[in-house]
Amino acid sequence: MYEQLNERIRSEQPVALVTVIEGAGIGSKLLVAPGAAPLGTLGSPELDRIAARDALGELEAGRSGIRHYGPNGETTPEDLAGTPVVVAFIESWAPPPQMWIFGAVDFTAALAKVAKVLGYRVLVCDAREIFATRRRFPMADEVLVSWPGPVFAERGHTLAPRDAVCILTHDPKFDVPAVQGALATTAGYIGVMGSRTTHATRLQRLAEVGVTHADQLARLMSPIGLDLGARTPEETAISICAEIIARRTGRATPSLRDAVGPIHG
Amino acid sequence: MKELLDDIDRWRATGARVAIARVVDIEGSGPRLPGAAMAVNEAGEVTGSVSGGCVESAVVAEALAILHGDAPARVVTFGYSDDDAFAVGLTCGGIIRLFIEPLDW
Repeated sequence: MYEQLNERIRSEQPVALVTVIEGAGIGSKLLVAPGAAPLGTLGSPELDRIAARDALGELEAGRSGIRHYGPNGETTPEDLAGTPVVVAFIESWAPPPQMWIFGAVDFTAALAKVAKVLGYRVLVCDAREIFATRRRFPMADEVLVSWPGPVFAERGHTLAPRDAVCILTHDPKFDVPAVQGALATTAGYIGVMGSRTTHATRLQRLAEVGVTHADQLARLMSPIGLDLGARTPEETAISICAEIIARRTGRATPSLRDAVGPIHG
Repeated sequence: MKELLDDIDRWRATGARVAIARVVDIEGSGPRLPGAAMAVNEAGEVTGSVSGGCVESAVVAEALAILHGDAPARVVTFGYSDDDAFAVGLTCGGIIRLFIEPLDW
């Protein structure tokens, strides 16, 4: 089973491993992957069926954690009362989150670098062939010469709430279709570079093409990044990535020293 | 786990037995999330980590005991509590539970 797990993790295909860690059959395993029959057993077909269902759910959410089951997959507190309980650890390996960066500018290489450190699969896209080259962005997983429209049309559906779109072009010709494309996806973070003035102008241009809905526009993080006083491309990359983390965790990003409560909350 | 695969595969290719320890649960402040893992081979070589360095050496001892047949695969808890103030713990005050098992599957 380890070989199968190994192969799926290496090839970045989604997979979850359920392991009995307490109760009957410690160490028993069930390997679960979308669209394939589970491998192994936790001890009973019913338990396997319920655990596989839960594992697919955890995989969908990119989470790992503990579940308690009865010997035949019982899960409700009433059903578990008085039965021997099996504690299972569901570990899920989801493909890495994506970051799409539009604009092959000075800030792009720094952002791509920091995004790689955080585990993103990074796509860099620019319509200008001389800028969007592998040589300038060796750290990116993919460098694409294209306008934003076709990229979103072709694979916008692969963006999900844990993915980020960063639009760094400053050029309305490119920004507007990129923002339009990003807003049509469920990407969890959409950041757009530029001053407050640039953003105001951009909002006008977006209105001209019919993007006026306040709920939609509220998704745009622009000017992009946390207020760290970042100046260099590297510092700006940190401020953008820090903002992505803070938006995901819902934190108001004070310094840890000035906040209260557990630091790993 | 992904970052451990190269070392694990290399060890297994030489016929060495391997134990893996995975964080399965944390309470309070914990440095690594469930799924953080380390692996230990029977020669005591280590790859990966499960905390900020607070409990790794204790995990190696547990893993070797399991590989030598002196302990079963099991959940091991690390963290401070009132009656356990001198046990190996996390400096951040949290509790982590690890499942340590032989990689024989």
